[in-house]
Amino acid sequence: MKISVEHIHQNYGEREVLHDISFNADSGEVLALLGPNGSGKSTLIKAIADIISPTSGAIKIDGVNADSIDKTTRAKTIGYVPQYFHYTPFTTVLDTVLIGRRPYMSWNVSDEDLEIVDESLETMNIADLSSRFVNELSGGQRQRVFIARALAQKPSFFLFDEPTSSLDLKHQLETVSTMRDIVRRDNSAMIIALHDLNLALRYTDKVLMLKDGSMCSYGTPNETLTVESIRDVYGVESEIVENKKGRFILSYAPSEVKQ
Amino acid sequence: MKNHLNSNTKTALLYHAIQKKKLTIIIILAALLLITAVIATGIGSVYINPFEVIQVFANALFPNLVPAPASEISGTIILSYRLPRILLAVLAGIALAVAGAVMQGLLRNPLVSPFTLGLSSAASFGAALMIVLGPAVFGAAFAGSIAILGITFSAKSALLIISAFLFGWLSVVLVYIISRTKNTSQAIMILAGVVIGYLFQAGLLALKYVSNDDALREIVTWLMGGMWGATWQAIAILTPIVLVCFFLVEIKAWDLNTLSAGDDVAKNLGINVSRFRISGLLIVSFAASACLAFTGIIGFVGLMAPHICRMLIGNDYRYLIPASALLGALILLISDTVGRVILAPIEIPVGVIMYILGGLFFLFLITRGHGRYLA
Repeated sequence: MKISVEHIHQNYGEREVLHDISFNADSGEVLALLGPNGSGKSTLIKAIADIISPTSGAIKIDGVNADSIDKTTRAKTIGYVPQYFHYTPFTTVLDTVLIGRRPYMSWNVSDEDLEIVDESLETMNIADLSSRFVNELSGGQRQRVFIARALAQKPSFFLFDEPTSSLDLKHQLETVSTMRDIVRRDNSAMIIALHDLNLALRYTDKVLMLKDGSMCSYGTPNETLTVESIRDVYGVESEIVENKKGRFILSYAPSEVKQ
Repeated sequence: MKNHLNSNTKTALLYHAIQKKKLTIIIILAALLLITAVIATGIGSVYINPFEVIQVFANALFPNLVPAPASEISGTIILSYRLPRILLAVLAGIALAVAGAVMQGLLRNPLVSPFTLGLSSAASFGAALMIVLGPAVFGAAFAGSIAILGITFSAKSALLIISAFLFGWLSVVLVYIISRTKNTSQAIMILAGVVIGYLFQAGLLALKYVSNDDALREIVTWLMGGMWGATWQAIAILTPIVLVCFFLVEIKAWDLNTLSAGDDVAKNLGINVSRFRISGLLIVSFAASACLAFTGIIGFVGLMAPHICRMLIGNDYRYLIPASALLGALILLISDTVGRVILAPIEIPVGVIMYILGGLFFLFLITRGHGRYLA
């Protein structure tokens, strides 16, 4: 399967927040969306997730215009994990993850639904928490509940809007690597908005850099994430170092750079 | 439950265990409501024991199988006077509690209800408008009678009911129109509801100010809310409305659950959020306005019943809606019966009792640490 974004423009009133964005994501691929706050990452993800409709341009799923696909079918194809979470206090983890099955259910919950929820909970390592209330969990556990909900949706594409922003270092690494493994295992695809350039460098197959709603660069992490592109997009100086563990980006505020 | 035997993953076992518990709670609530209804039918100025009440019910339903009780008078008291009143309390309880639960889900706010969203104020304004201006506008016809759907009403009460209903429902349409100019996010809709409530309050105050003593007394009585309007005609009109509304929202229970994940996630899961939000509000407020039009203002049922049920049964709307409906009916029925007998022969309007009960309930929630449910 393949998602193609073709010449997307998005306006909020007079303001253009996305300008002529085009890219592809194929099965088995992890694509990172990078860029400073306000560069249009969330907007782009929401447009693909059927949350907002782009002002112009097209989103195609396997060559078919996404607008012509009915909402339930589209919901089975594309799963979304937001940056900020809403939930009703005193709702169990199980009930929360079951919501991901909504496109497949009418009123009753089937055996298959429960098996898929079970599998999602196991994958995210939270099966022991299923009878707990979501509001009683730690931030990291809660994050995994919402990812499990997207897994239960069984989509071919995952869209993640800065899923690691509220996580500690260990959980950031775990979350992104788990998701990459799932994508490879199921031959699905993932588009993930990130702030951490090293996560992008290490775990993704493609990088799209956005600045002020426009595309700055697009390609493999190694060719895209350069000292020049980082300076251009983020306005910071950086150094790329290589050791036995791989390539790493060290960044500095411009004022800190000493000759 | 048919799947119970086939799946034995940990999740499936947990799910079915919880499911069973929820069903049990609903069955207990239904049984309590039935028992309360039988007892409430029996008590009053003439006491009729519960067995005789059951006999009268059974005789009315299956005249060939169950003989009528020896004294004819208890049959008349029950069927002509007490039963319509009890059914009206039950129907109003269902409509208001379901409306409260669904509005809370649609707007993701635990404190919204027909009472807080302006619907009650608007219905009050509608009723007062007819009480004050009706005689002038409709002249002699106002004192006559009219037939609607083959049922004859006094023109005055019919017009009052229609006006209260229309204004109550109109308030929600206005909420929709206002929020459409910006967006149908839940914050905007709640704000619009509150503002519309205030505007109708202002209109109500103005009407009270210009009304004469008789009209003023009538308005005040209407505002207090009571089951005086209970007739078989009222039951015949409200029963289908309340049942249809109940089933329309019950089949959308998963969409309500999904909305708790936020508008964005709900859209991604295939829900047309704006359309769902407005159609849901229009459906539940239709039934709530219809009931309020017959009973006058009854507050707090729409807040209390869903809140207690959320604690008892959780937030899955598939179970929350029926549980709230049963508990709302139970609360209103008990309150009305208490109001009917505690100072007999004087009746305390059920609206007054609900204010006392509602106030105490929320005091309890705050002080006993259950305030967390309000967050």
